This record gives sequence, structure tokens and C-alpha cells, in this order.
Amino acid sequence: MISIAGIELDVIERGRGTPILYLHGGAGIGPDAAFIDALAQERRVIAPSHPGFGKSSLPDWLDNVDDIAHVYLELMDRLKLTRIDLVGFSIGGWIAAEMATKVPERIDRLVLIGPVGVKTGTPDKLDIPDVFAMPREKLDQLRFHDPARYAPELATMPDDELHIVARNSETLALLTWEPYMHNPKLKHRLHRVNVPTLLLRGASDGIVSADYLARYAALIPGARIETIAQAGHLPQHEQPAATAATVLQFLQAEKEAATSGARR
Amino acid sequence: MKAWHFSENAYPYLPPADEYESIRVSLPSRLYDPKKGAALYDRYIDEWLIAEDEGVEIMLNEHHQTATCVDPAAPLVLAALARLTKKARLLILGNPVANRRQPVRVAEEMAMVDVLSKGRLECGFVRGVPYEVLPANSNPVRMNERQWEAMDLIVKAWTSHDGPVSHEGRFFHHRNINIWPRPYQQPHPPIWVSTTTPGGAGRVGARGYVQATFLTGFTGTPAIYESYRKGWRDAGRGTDVPVDRLAYAALVYVGESEAEARAGAEKLLWYMTANKVPLHFCYPPGYVPTPVHAQILRGAAIDQHAANKANATVDKAIEAGLMFAGTPDQVFLQIKRMYDHVGGFGHLLIMGQAGFLEHDETVRGIKAFAREVYPRLKEACPDTAISGLRRDAATARVVA
Repeated sequence: MISIAGIELDVIERGRGTPILYLHGGAGIGPDAAFIDALAQERRVIAPSHPGFGKSSLPDWLDNVDDIAHVYLELMDRLKLTRIDLVGFSIGGWIAAEMATKVPERIDRLVLIGPVGVKTGTPDKLDIPDVFAMPREKLDQLRFHDPARYAPELATMPDDELHIVARNSETLALLTWEPYMHNPKLKHRLHRVNVPTLLLRGASDGIVSADYLARYAALIPGARIETIAQAGHLPQHEQPAATAATVLQFLQAEKEAATSGARR
Repeated sequence: MKAWHFSENAYPYLPPADEYESIRVSLPSRLYDPKKGAALYDRYIDEWLIAEDEGVEIMLNEHHQTATCVDPAAPLVLAALARLTKKARLLILGNPVANRRQPVRVAEEMAMVDVLSKGRLECGFVRGVPYEVLPANSNPVRMNERQWEAMDLIVKAWTSHDGPVSHEGRFFHHRNINIWPRPYQQPHPPIWVSTTTPGGAGRVGARGYVQATFLTGFTGTPAIYESYRKGWRDAGRGTDVPVDRLAYAALVYVGESEAEARAGAEKLLWYMTANKVPLHFCYPPGYVPTPVHAQILRGAAIDQHAANKANATVDKAIEAGLMFAGTPDQVFLQIKRMYDHVGGFGHLLIMGQAGFLEHDETVRGIKAFAREVYPRLKEACPDTAISGLRRDAATARVVA
């Protein structure tokens, strides 16, 4: 546990090398274990559980994603991470995007996997389906390419794990209820992100659409898009090896480009 | 004992339940015929006026996006009743203050009704049932905290009389609070809070507000009341808790004969059977404590609609203490049995209309109660009584 601003943060550290800060999504860090291990084959990975997720505490004052972005800037200072590669999934991608608008000079490369956080469409249509107003079976269909294999088995899950699932969804509601899944200010700040950026999504993602991702990418100068086949909203869970390979390849290629002076 | 006629302003003219997903939140409003709705408002208001004529007090509530209660702005109906009635106390139970963005506006609305009615307002505050968070777009997390801050802010708005005061709290911010009119009753109208769990009741007891509980029956109610009494005593309000601090809401139908009572009671069951709501509207994340939420995710919560339907017989509802129905003698004894079981309560909130219980039937039920049960209740359950369990200590401990 690392104490930041009175919050006890549960932080995973794996591997060696240039650091990657990985930020999990609304379902917590549980589904990301294989992906984190795959990244850690080549790099040092630091992966905190967000306040109110996993075993990290949740202070009364904290109630939005931007608050968490500030907590992680302080975490970077605490861990003496002058510069990092930043990878975030879903609301972790939103947190990463917020951080990148604040300190672009401390982020070498940015990867957003199925990110939420901006409102790009019209007022009369939700950009992101209302995950708080649908049956769980429907949610699993939207989230997974292969729900039969990857949807969590809540009925048989051990009590302590199920408690974390419940708590994660409560914190997700706290953070994303209104404005729903976005910060209206973020899209007016993303032009500050002048670092190599990759946006990824699973080809079968029913939460973050291809259109949404394209409009998100258009807000970040020079951002690229890639798709992971046979994966839904959690490509790092359904295709951990392919997703890690895509991320590592992007980070490495951009690093070499920067080193050779060919950076954009 | 004070009795209150409570009607939810239901709109029962719906297609068969298997043709829609939910009676709340998502039910298309094309199913609402405004002409039929207008006639229903007239009718339900008439029934409240008849209740007043019979010496019964008046209660109304508020829900949103639902056919079960077409009263999404209860203060509007309350304002109409303030002018249409002369003597009845007017209980709104209540203002869903965890879902209202401007508590000061609620303070203004309630102060206005108190003045319009010349001091007959009884002002209830509720957190709101879980299906209210989507209609209000209200975050289901930290609702209790919002409710209590809003309530305290409203009391401050009611009781500050020397120019603007300010409030910079966790959830609400006002720099210039100076409401006109101020309440008719001083220092402010009586405050009611509804709770269906012991956890909330202790806090209500500590404040000394009136605690109301709905359909919690023989099994659920004693612990709620005991928690209230403990909160009251722990806050230094004295050992004696007056019965007028506690209220119980049940379905009530009185008939001259058992057959007549049974027919009316069967129709009242609509209140329980019609509440078809899917699980994802019933348990928004954060509404219930995390351990309860976890059990719901596991599948512990069965289909509420099916459960209600299975238990929704007149006999089962009476046995559980959710319904008091029968001849005047039977109903008096049923209510007295509940009264004794829970240690006494000073207010009976009568859910006296539901679904297809027609106007004549509703009125007959109100009159039969008012004329043949109410006088006996007032005598047997005086307002000066002290609430508390008087059985042996072992039972009291179990209940507490």
C-alpha cells in the first residue's frame, strides 16, 4: 500500500526496464492480470488500483476521474517516475488522458484502450451505452466478444472477490454517473497531448464504438488507431498476448523513432 | 392514534404486464391517456376531501416515470389540497431530497404550502426508492449523505429570519439564503422521515423527527422502531419515546361484511402485484451497502415481481402485517396486534386506494374505517402513550 493524499493505494509492480504506468478500467484490475504479466516480460509495470477499486481506499472528498488523475501525478512523484509510458483502459484511459493534458512533458507515449471520457456525439444520443440501466446479460454481450467464456461467474465467485466486484461498480457509478462517462472539459484540453498516442479497441467492443474512438483520436494530434481482433471492450482480457504485443510494439517503435530524432 | 388517507394516484389502465419490461422508469408514456389521467386526478383529490370530511388526515407521496404513482411533483398536488381542504393535516412523505438539486427551493415550496394551509403541513423527507435515481439522473452513491445535508439546509432556510445566511457544504452551495415566505408553523413544520432499515432509524430518532416505515410487517418493523428509540435515548431526548414519533404504513380496507372487505382487499393487492420492475432498476450500484450488493450480484435477489405476486394474497398479507382488512372488528384487532407487537405507533398511514379499487369502493372503505374503526383506535391507542416494548427482557433483546 502506498499512501497518497490520505488514500491507501494498492499498487502492483512487475518486471524491469523503462516504466509503464498502467491504469485499469471500471471492472477493476482483476481481469488485467495476464496483460500486466505480458507487459512485464519486457518492461517495468506499475499498476495501481484506483481509489475505491480493489483494496484501495476511497476518501469522502473524491468523486470524479480528474481527482484520480491528480492522485496519480502525485504517485509519479512519490515513485520518482520523471517520465513514463502511460497505458489506460476504459476509465483508466480517461484518467490517462486527463493526466496527459496536465503534464504532457512527463509522458513519453500514451496508449488508450477502449477509452471513455469525452462526449463527441450529439446531445440526443449517448456516446457510451448506459451500463447502469441494462441487465447484466446485456452488459456482458456488449463487453465481451465471447461472453460465454469471459463473462465473470458471479454466482460461484468467492465472497471476497465478489465484494470487490460490487465495490468496483459502486465507485464506477460515483465517478461516471453524471456527466455520464465523460468530462465536458476534456475534449477542449486534449490538443495539449503532443506525445505519440495509440488508441486501441477490440473489434467486437459494444461499449466503445469505432466511430467514438475515431472522434476521440481526432482530438489528439497525430493519434493512431488499431483494432484487436476477436476481442470486445476488454481486449487485454480476451486477447492479452496480442494486446500486449501491439502495445509494446507501439511503445518500442515510437521510442526508437524518438531516439533517432525522427519523432514527429 | 392519527390515521392518514394515502393514495398514490395510480394509473392502472395498462396492457398486460407481459407486454412491457417495467412499470417504472421505462414504461412508454404513450400508454398514458391524459384525459383518463385528468379524471383520475379529480377522483383521487375528491377521495382526499372525503377523508378530511370523515376526520381522517391526508397523506401523499411522489414518484417519477411510473404508472404506480402519477404524482411526480407532489408539492403541486399539496398546494391544491392546501386550498381545497380546511382542517386536515397535510403530510407529504415525502420530498425526495437526495434527488432534488436545490434544497432551498424545496424549503420555499414547503414554506409556501405551510402558509397556504395556515400551518397544516407535515413535511416528510425521503431518500427515494432505487428506481428514482434514473428518472432524476441522481447518483446512487452517497445518497444518505446528500439527504441529511439537504434536510439540515432546509431547516436552516426555514429558521433563519434575519437576512441572508450561507451554506457551503459537501453537496450544496448557497451564498444568499433568505426565503420568502417563511413557514407558518414555528419554528418549522413537523418533520417526518421514512426509513425501511434499522440503520437509518437511529439517526432519525436522534433528531426526534417522526419516523415512518412502509410495509415492513411483523418481522421488519420491531427492529426499526427499537433503533429509533435507541437513537432517541442516546441523543439525550429522555427515556420515554412518545408514540406520535412513529408511523406505520399498510394496505387497509374495511368492509361492512367479510365478503365486501375481501373484495376490496383483493383489489388493493394491485399495489404489490403490479410493481413489475427488472433487477437492474432495483439495485443501482451504491444504493444498498456493498455486502448486500454483492449478494444481489450473486443472484440472491429473486425476481421481486414474482416474489410479490407469490405473497400477494389477502391472507398472506394480513398474516405478515402488510395489510389490515376485514370487518371493523377484525381490522381493529389486526391493527392492535401490530401496535402491541412493535411497541406502539402514533400514526397509521392507510394505503386505501390502489389499481382498480373504484371510487365508490374506496370511499366506502374510508368511511367504514373512519366511522367504525378509528374511534376505537383513538381510545385504545391514545396519543399520549409511550412507545416501547413491554414484553420480557429476552424478547426485547432479540428484537433490538
